[in-house]
Amino acid sequence: MQLNKVLKGLAIALPMFTLAACSSTDSTDSSAAQTNTGAGTTGSETTVVTPVDSGSAAMSEQEIRNQQLRQEQTVYFQFDNAEIQASYQAMLEAHAEYLRNNSGVKIVVEGHADERGTPEYNIALGERRANAVAKYLQALGVSSSQISIVSYGEEKPLVLGHTDADYAKNRRSVLVY
Amino acid sequence: MKRWILGLCAALLTMSQLAHAELELVITEGVDSARPIGIIPFQWEGGGAAPVDMASVIASDLRRSGKFSPVAPNAMPQTPTSEADINYAAWTALGVDALVTGSVSKNADGNYVINYQLIDVVRGQLTNGESRGLEDGKLVQTSDHVLLNNRATVRTNRLRQYAHRISDVVYEKLTGEKGAFLTRISYVVIDDNSDYPYQLRIADYDGYNEQLVLKSKQPLMSPSWSPDGNKLAYVSFENQQSQIFIMDITNGTREMVASFPRHNGSPRFSPDGKKLAMVLSKSGSLQVYVMDLQTKAMKQVTDGRANNTEAFWDPSGQSMIFTSDRGGKPQIYRVNLADGSTERLTWQGSQNLGGQLTPDGRYLVMVNRSDSGYNIAKQDLKTGAVQILTKTFLDESPSIAPNGGMVIYSSVNNKSNELSLVSIDGRFKARLPATSGRVRAPSWGPFL
Repeated sequence: MQLNKVLKGLAIALPMFTLAACSSTDSTDSSAAQTNTGAGTTGSETTVVTPVDSGSAAMSEQEIRNQQLRQEQTVYFQFDNAEIQASYQAMLEAHAEYLRNNSGVKIVVEGHADERGTPEYNIALGERRANAVAKYLQALGVSSSQISIVSYGEEKPLVLGHTDADYAKNRRSVLVY
Repeated sequence: MKRWILGLCAALLTMSQLAHAELELVITEGVDSARPIGIIPFQWEGGGAAPVDMASVIASDLRRSGKFSPVAPNAMPQTPTSEADINYAAWTALGVDALVTGSVSKNADGNYVINYQLIDVVRGQLTNGESRGLEDGKLVQTSDHVLLNNRATVRTNRLRQYAHRISDVVYEKLTGEKGAFLTRISYVVIDDNSDYPYQLRIADYDGYNEQLVLKSKQPLMSPSWSPDGNKLAYVSFENQQSQIFIMDITNGTREMVASFPRHNGSPRFSPDGKKLAMVLSKSGSLQVYVMDLQTKAMKQVTDGRANNTEAFWDPSGQSMIFTSDRGGKPQIYRVNLADGSTERLTWQGSQNLGGQLTPDGRYLVMVNRSDSGYNIAKQDLKTGAVQILTKTFLDESPSIAPNGGMVIYSSVNNKSNELSLVSIDGRFKARLPATSGRVRAPSWGPFL
């Protein structure tokens, strides 16, 4: 029942959230608050009130979740590849939302490669990865003027090791605020 | 201007002699067919112990060429201090056909006076050291078994370097090729325990006389020597982006020459030292450019959507080789600088990167990726034959000695990066393990 409520809430909250993301934040936040109090004052029909109520709760959950997602700043890549995997969509969307809402904030997208190959050619691989993340954020509406990219190639490994698992940790792009 | 000052603060500039040699050369693979030679311990004509074991430095140099096998001092039949005392038969019995003898003394100025000789043992045995020849119609003693008889005065701190000089002279006399023992290397040390982990250092080719040139909190890449050996071009991330600097190592002054958006890398002086090849990604992918160092005018050499990097000048200055992924995987190409025509050079191996040309332009030395991993390989540009020179792990950054005889490169050993040497024929191999830090990006300097 509780889960069901949350799901119902999400079903309403998510489209609202997307809307909110598209328009100015202040107005959508206040209108959401109005809906909330409005439903509360009517009071008599709980079945009507409940989805709206849980909807607002789910929205704050989403907000918290976005904050958590923004704590994640690293995208990892496959070998010799700069394709962003689906598992990073939510995290990049959270960053994009924040950047859209804070157009004065600038980020540096770092690109990194594993140690195989030559240092200067690995710059190309790092740059491709940083570029992929930058393009992804731009597709989500972030202004290109907010994003700069720096490729460190293989110069700043996250871990010093020579296993495939070590390499996978070093093939990454990092969003630096 | 402000950034420039900030940069100076970020990267602390020092030119200090490090207390101990950081690198020590260890031979890992010798050559059985190398020519035996006797380097007799130099006579020290002074008090106490000799300041430098000259014979040992010379013997090490010649051994590292892969062409000579110096007799160990304890296996020598005699240690003559003068040519008259040489027992030629005893040396020929060991297969030795050349001997180096010498002495070191201190003069009144406090400098060292060095005398040395190179003796042709076979000729000496034949003539019993008393060869005669006609001069001005008279029969005189020619001593033609004495190939070299030289004297030099050097400052105290140059004694070891002078031993390299003797190696060069002896090597050239016996092989007909120039020696590259009196040369220096530059490299980047990454010491994770230091406040300034990224350190640009220079040393004699064998790791001695190491000097710290620059240290920084952010990565340093791709040091490369000017043809006169006075400057280093390198990449620094000290201002949160890559930038190309040229440093005059004789006085420590630095000039930032490239700070375009995105990557600024892979600097390479032209053979005449007047231009700098570099790689920029301001267009969206890595492309090769040439900067006139006088006017700072830029000329774009490569274009397109693919990455083109690691430019290396042909010794003639007329063309360049570079790494490009225009065919998918990185391979090495050559571009004619006059008309821009481009041809692919490498076809063996899934990847070929980091190409360098020998000073005679005959061979391409590169990082070759095959089933055996990333190794240093040599391609004969006339026949196309490819020879893999190394068996080390994850080789990168090859740099060729100015005489074309040796390649220094970086590889991985025991979870750390270290420098290694391989002779151009692949028969002689040595490591230069560091006492601390990871060592990368070696660049072999010009003749001193």
